[in-house]
Amino acid sequence: MESLANVIGIAHIAAAIALSNGIFTTFGQAKIAAQAIESIARQPEAADDIRSAMFVGLAMAETSGIYGLLIAIIMLFANPLINTLVNLL
Amino acid sequence: MGLNIDNLWVINIAGVEIWITETIFNTWLIMFFLIIVAIIVRIKLKSFKEVPKGFQNIIEAIVEIFDNFAVNTLGKKLSYIAPWYFMVFVFVYSSALFSVFGIRAPTADWATTFALAFATFVLMLSMGFKHQRGEYLKSFFGPHPIFFPLNIIGELAKPVSLSFRLFGNMLSGTIILTLYYGLTPVFVQFGIPALLHAFFDVVVGAIQTYIFVIISLMYIRNAAD
Repeated sequence: MESLANVIGIAHIAAAIALSNGIFTTFGQAKIAAQAIESIARQPEAADDIRSAMFVGLAMAETSGIYGLLIAIIMLFANPLINTLVNLL
Repeated sequence: MGLNIDNLWVINIAGVEIWITETIFNTWLIMFFLIIVAIIVRIKLKSFKEVPKGFQNIIEAIVEIFDNFAVNTLGKKLSYIAPWYFMVFVFVYSSALFSVFGIRAPTADWATTFALAFATFVLMLSMGFKHQRGEYLKSFFGPHPIFFPLNIIGELAKPVSLSFRLFGNMLSGTIILTLYYGLTPVFVQFGIPALLHAFFDVVVGAIQTYIFVIISLMYIRNAAD
């Protein structure tokens, strides 16, 4: 029973660590948005092209954040280690 | 509304169990709604006039905006696949809008998003072979034949990342709203969740639908041009 508690506790810590990659994702997205606004201010007539390129760039940068979120969700709700351990005990 | 996808019925056909989950049922609901709208539009199509007015205005505006968007992203030559992506756009966005009413969004299930992304993958390969023929096969051998495994992994990662992006965004909205409904006392569950729904379903849903469609179109254009 104690080992199960350990595994669950460590899984929660691991989920928190996996979510912390949102920090860097946010920094990357902030840089993309800042650059896009700068170039729109410099060239307002190209605003539509820049906006669609910015959305694609934001989505690409967001991918790593989403992967972190999915790993955290798997750790919390569908952890394969816990099922294995429950079967063993 | 919940974190788990409930299993509603199990149908037994010749010893094969078919599970009707919440996702499938909600997909049917949305399909039913969209088909009704399509039939209404089809019936009204006969009475459409030269100068649009009212209902006709809305329909023409939606179709025209999407057509322009598809031609801008794909180019004139490839824009004949735009109707499929119009369907994807309408389905994904209406599934996000339906979750405002407490119906669990079908796109918060990886099966749905992977099916859509896999359709994009198949379309990308077939469009590449149709428009480029041998050139497309040659592009897998990259700058040098030694890059062949890397190119294959890169191609296989496309549907996975495309589906995970939509799935993760929709699931995060579902999880946050479930936590809100589950953790707060009853008297704050009226009014305030409307703001959360407006952000996580309507705004994030619109952005992610747009992203999903535009990235699919870009993959297809890269393969076919």
